[in-house]
Amino acid sequence: MADLVLAPRRARREIREATTWDQLKHNRNWLGFWFMLPAMGFLILFLAYPLGLGVWLSFTDTKIGQPGEFIDIGNYQWLWDDDVFWLSVFNTMLYTVVASAIKFAVGLYLALLLNENLPFKAMLRALVLIPFIVPTVLSAIAFWWIFDAQFSIISWSLKHLGLITHNINFLGDTTWARICVIFANIWRGVPFVAITLLAGLQTVQPSLYEAATLDGASSWQRFRYITYPLLTPIIAVVMTFSVLFTFTDFQLIWAMTRGGPVNATQLMATLSYQRAIIGGQLGEGAAISTAMIPFLLAAIMISWFGLQRRKWQQGENND
Amino acid sequence: MQDFTRRVLLQGGTALAATGALTGPALLEFAKAWAQEAPFKAEPGAKLTLMRWKRFVPSEDEAFMQIVAAFKAATGTEMNVFSESFEDVQPKASVAANTGSGLDLVWGLHALPQLFPTKVVKMNDVADYLGKKYGGWADAPEKTVKHGNDWLGIPIATDGGYMTYRKSAVEKAGFKEFPKDFPGFLEMCKALKKNNTPAGFALGHATGDANAWLHWILWGHGAYTVDQHDKVSINSPETFKALDYCKTLSETFIPGVASWNDSSNNKAFLAGELYCTSNGISIYIAEKDAAAKDPKMKELADDTYHALWPVGPVGKPTEQQLIMPMLAFNFTKYPNAAKAFIAFLMEKEQYGKWLEASRGYLTQTLSAYDDAPIWKEDPKNWVFSQASKRSLPISGIGTPGEKAEEAIANFIVVDMFANYCTGAKDAKGAVAEAERQLKRIYRT
Repeated sequence: MADLVLAPRRARREIREATTWDQLKHNRNWLGFWFMLPAMGFLILFLAYPLGLGVWLSFTDTKIGQPGEFIDIGNYQWLWDDDVFWLSVFNTMLYTVVASAIKFAVGLYLALLLNENLPFKAMLRALVLIPFIVPTVLSAIAFWWIFDAQFSIISWSLKHLGLITHNINFLGDTTWARICVIFANIWRGVPFVAITLLAGLQTVQPSLYEAATLDGASSWQRFRYITYPLLTPIIAVVMTFSVLFTFTDFQLIWAMTRGGPVNATQLMATLSYQRAIIGGQLGEGAAISTAMIPFLLAAIMISWFGLQRRKWQQGENND
Repeated sequence: MQDFTRRVLLQGGTALAATGALTGPALLEFAKAWAQEAPFKAEPGAKLTLMRWKRFVPSEDEAFMQIVAAFKAATGTEMNVFSESFEDVQPKASVAANTGSGLDLVWGLHALPQLFPTKVVKMNDVADYLGKKYGGWADAPEKTVKHGNDWLGIPIATDGGYMTYRKSAVEKAGFKEFPKDFPGFLEMCKALKKNNTPAGFALGHATGDANAWLHWILWGHGAYTVDQHDKVSINSPETFKALDYCKTLSETFIPGVASWNDSSNNKAFLAGELYCTSNGISIYIAEKDAAAKDPKMKELADDTYHALWPVGPVGKPTEQQLIMPMLAFNFTKYPNAAKAFIAFLMEKEQYGKWLEASRGYLTQTLSAYDDAPIWKEDPKNWVFSQASKRSLPISGIGTPGEKAEEAIANFIVVDMFANYCTGAKDAKGAVAEAERQLKRIYRT
């Protein structure tokens, strides 16, 4: 009886055309969209919005606590002729290129070493990680002491060995200061590269090495034609992050030198902070930060289009 | 138990109040009486968050917190006080100003109120009340916090920086007393270097120390970043004379000054490697504190003396001292409590004790405290009592304000001198860079 009563209703429902709301509720594509929505919201709120706001601020003369007006490319025009800005660009490039290259070389060497059957291997791997787990500011303060003009342990040791008569002016001389901050960055960054590459190395099948050894391959050939190609995807990721972290480094420089002496270690990140937060010129500081974006994009593009070529990964020549 | 009546306490007639020695229960009794009589009444249930600079002298911090506790007990105002290093106060205050939340009160360096003049509670009534009651304000502190006729904050104290030197080294260099003019000072520094007892002044990005002594040299030669009408005037013959003087002077310094921050000279002086520098009284305090346990430190403390800054060719003091205002943000829910706290803090009954506890690190900004006992109990303290009176505003002869503060924050004068003294730029190049940056800041 009940079936008889309900039947016409069901029939009516079946012939009803799907509404937009039905589509939004049941369509698989829309369902995917709904699941993505929270993630999109987070990305927009915490990534896209701050980035967009920063770019917008760079076109204004906003100061701390005061609304600014749109000034077109005024900030960029000013920076274009600003010696200190260009010095910071040069310093940032030098810092990034030199530190990243050395971090890669030392990190790869350590990774290969730690991948061998060494005694106390686990302890050695843990030791390598130490610089990475020390808070950046603490290590920066330690390096500040190590390179202090008056109290440097290096100067003290060399003087006692009779190799120098006067303290080395580590952080007071422009060249030395650059070397010191790059050294500190390398010290901090090597563990990240080494441990990540080590993880990559451990995914390489030992049978490949065995086969190559049977074929009479030298250790260099095994590295060149097996290890390196298979490690390339990891290298791409590691170096992308390494370059990004180095390019945007702030804490180490700020704690060690504040950009000195005479702006010789002033990076774009520290200059942006000084102008925007300390100096109050939010617009100008935002312009310096925005000017970092092309460099960062270039670094990512190199990694993406260069290092991730599939044929290269497979050990073949590039077309 | 002592019997503190409201009248007795407020009239300051007791011996305790006269010497500024209110402590414990007496301080609380005074606070209760003050809360009833004072023109500033905290809102019921008020809660204030105060950020201040991190203590350099522990006893100063303790005295400050006693005042906070008395105010809290007397007015019912919850007080959350936390401290940050000098250089972190401004960025964090700036974030609060920009976001309109997080802090009610900030006590930091001179730059603060002028960086966000539209975000602060006007303190005209508090300044008027305190000024009339305590003999008026010193000139530079008043100018530092004023915007037109408005007080953007209250200059609570000045952290005075003066010549700190080893008397034995200066005497060995042939000077019976510390030089009082620029040529004498240069000659002394040359002689100190010759005797291997060098002087040293920060040429790095040291917010307090480097800005202080380099502006002293600039202003001492009659050169200023801007003139009275805020027109950029750094490119002047006087600036070039100041640069040359500074370069000759810097050649006598201990190596490494280009990397120095605000703590470097303290370390070098206490290690016995530096014989003359400019600093707050903290070096001397550290020596005295260590003297009981370390005979070498006692010897150092006995040999450490202070002197006023020598006067340049302009013939008058041209000091730049660290004036430290306290401000309240206009987004605070409790502006009256904020005003009440600042007024209470500067009442003689506890301000005197607080000055005493700071051991000379803080200098009064109100004239009535000029004869505070701290300045007489040790003759070596005295020069620091002059800090508020002898200082020029951070802007020199220009208008105090955010532009002057921005020039300081960006180390424009410091970098100009450092560029020339380290050989990174010639004099024209160094001045041109400074001029360009100043014109940007002072554009209309």
